[in-house]
Amino acid sequence: MVWSFDADRPIYLQLVEHIQQKILNGEFQPGEKLPSVRDLAATAAVNPNTMQKALAELERGGLVFTQRTSGRFITQDAAKIARLRERAALNLTRRFLADLTSLGLPPSAAAALLAAAQKSENRSDVSD
Amino acid sequence: MTESILTCRGLSKSYGKKTALAGLDLKLPAGRIIGLLGPNGSGKTTLLKLINGLLTPTSGEILIAGLAPGPETKKIVAYLPERTYLDDSRKVSETLRFFSDFYADFDLERAEAMLADLGIDTNVRLKTLSKGTKEKVQLILVMSRRARLYCLDEPIAGVDPAARDYILRTIINNYDPAASVLISTHLIADVEQVLDEAIFLQRGSVILQKSVDDIRLEDGKSVDALFREVFKC
Repeated sequence: MVWSFDADRPIYLQLVEHIQQKILNGEFQPGEKLPSVRDLAATAAVNPNTMQKALAELERGGLVFTQRTSGRFITQDAAKIARLRERAALNLTRRFLADLTSLGLPPSAAAALLAAAQKSENRSDVSD
Repeated sequence: MTESILTCRGLSKSYGKKTALAGLDLKLPAGRIIGLLGPNGSGKTTLLKLINGLLTPTSGEILIAGLAPGPETKKIVAYLPERTYLDDSRKVSETLRFFSDFYADFDLERAEAMLADLGIDTNVRLKTLSKGTKEKVQLILVMSRRARLYCLDEPIAGVDPAARDYILRTIINNYDPAASVLISTHLIADVEQVLDEAIFLQRGSVILQKSVDDIRLEDGKSVDALFREVFKC
């Protein structure tokens, strides 16, 4: 699958987010060896130098580390991954609140809506 | 500092009264994939033909790895022209042998592997292939050379979106950090994420040469959107 990108933001930043997502959803496991830059670039159908830049960025953040001879690996630091998950969840929630505001609803409506959505989801689980 | 693989200084080309390139200055670093972008008639194909020694400049200078176009530069430049020059009555396998004989840097095994990947039978004549398949065969021939500079003139214009993805992957997979790839195209949105840099040509001059992510960062828009804005009709 070719990864999809927004038109108005740098591609390397979006690659960083894509890879973070794969770490969070378990596609890349802690301690797992990453494919080579070229293979990752081919999978994402992006420029290898851009992929390199994204990986360097992830390395700076400590999510990915390089072992001199054997390549790049995902961090085994569970606390680091937990912090990433927390940050991602918080961002998602901020977007959700902003979307509510654009529908003319106050942030205080969020809790009730979440409860309602959860209830209807459970119901559809039962009916399946 | 990396040596530039291509240098143009005051490069001009006129066809009679018509000016195709007007004092173009350009430097391409090694190890990049660069988009040569511009509206119809902006000089893209003329530039590629000059690089490949198929045309001679009216004035100015063009250097490939420090050399003027000639037999030595043809050894290190792989060119995919806009239109095919292959003999339609030949089989794919014969064409492979032809390339293998002709170019010392041709990697026959790599070409055969890519053709096999696509399920293209090398035992058939080129004229029996569909347009899209023929374009893929040509691209494979060009990308199977171990060249320093690849010049691809509209490599994805005539093929379906799935084949486009394959072609872009082929370019990425065969990309060598010491080599540069110059891709001329109108289909900017399709190639944008594969490019390091974009060059905008307008009436035979370079009006912009910038990294794709810098364009997105500084202009807050895609190369495709910037192109539409700059060349708005």
